[in-house]
Amino acid sequence: MSLSAKDKANVKSIWNKILPKSDDIGDQALSRMLVVYPQTKTYFSHFADLTPGSAQVRKHGDTIMNKIDDCVNHMDDLVSYLSSLSELHATKLRVDPANFKILAHSLLVVVAAYLPNDFTPEIHLSVDKFLQQIALALSEKYR
Amino acid sequence: MVQWTDFERATIQNIFGKMDYEDVGPAAFGRCLVVYPWTQRYFGNFGNLYNAAAIQANPMVAAHGKTVLRGLDKAVKNMDDIKATYAELSVLHSEKLHVDPDNFRLLADCLTIVVASRMGSDFTADVQAAFQKFLAVVVSSLGRQYH
Repeated sequence: MSLSAKDKANVKSIWNKILPKSDDIGDQALSRMLVVYPQTKTYFSHFADLTPGSAQVRKHGDTIMNKIDDCVNHMDDLVSYLSSLSELHATKLRVDPANFKILAHSLLVVVAAYLPNDFTPEIHLSVDKFLQQIALALSEKYR
Repeated sequence: MVQWTDFERATIQNIFGKMDYEDVGPAAFGRCLVVYPWTQRYFGNFGNLYNAAAIQANPMVAAHGKTVLRGLDKAVKNMDDIKATYAELSVLHSEKLHVDPDNFRLLADCLTIVVASRMGSDFTADVQAAFQKFLAVVVSSLGRQYH
């Protein structure tokens, strides 16, 4: 399910609206994921405070979101762009790739809540595909 | 049997109590057909599903969206026995309609996203957790009678 020209255009257009709120959206998505899918907390046992909006969660939400923001400019070469991050996730973090889908869903929910009029079904489709491509690129080095 | 906290019960009643089924049903079902186009396989007789605009304007899509949401209402009114409530519907979806149960999960995800867009900041993490737990029980019950 690779990204068509229309998908890329759709992603860029919604991301122009996401970028100004990127920190909030990233924080919300991660916080929310930890509450709605408590099993994801197992990857953050080294965090002192996993309550939504805590400083560590906020910072990590920012880190993830900033990278996703960057991926918008690398939709043509996601696998090579994310190569070292894939290495990290595969060998060190060893996050089960099923969790990428979970975070993607959380992000879609937050974007829908923040931008209800812009997050049309067509935009949703393109963003879903984009996040899936990121997940695929991140899983590249797993085995 | 599923255990519901007071918060979860109240949240589900609240969300569905305030929901406009005629708006949310068509929006969620239409979105599902757009975002996961393979789900269109069950609706060959619905006419024009050629693109997102056609899907969203299609009266059969709208009607079916409302049907689905009214079906969901049964679970809202019978939260303590959703499995029994949907036994017949599960058999129907398996034996007659031959729907892959994974589709229930896809539709549930689209419904979550539509509800999030309608509720905005009121759709907090705790509210989302309750809503998704409810939908997970519904999805599980609908798949229960498949064999």
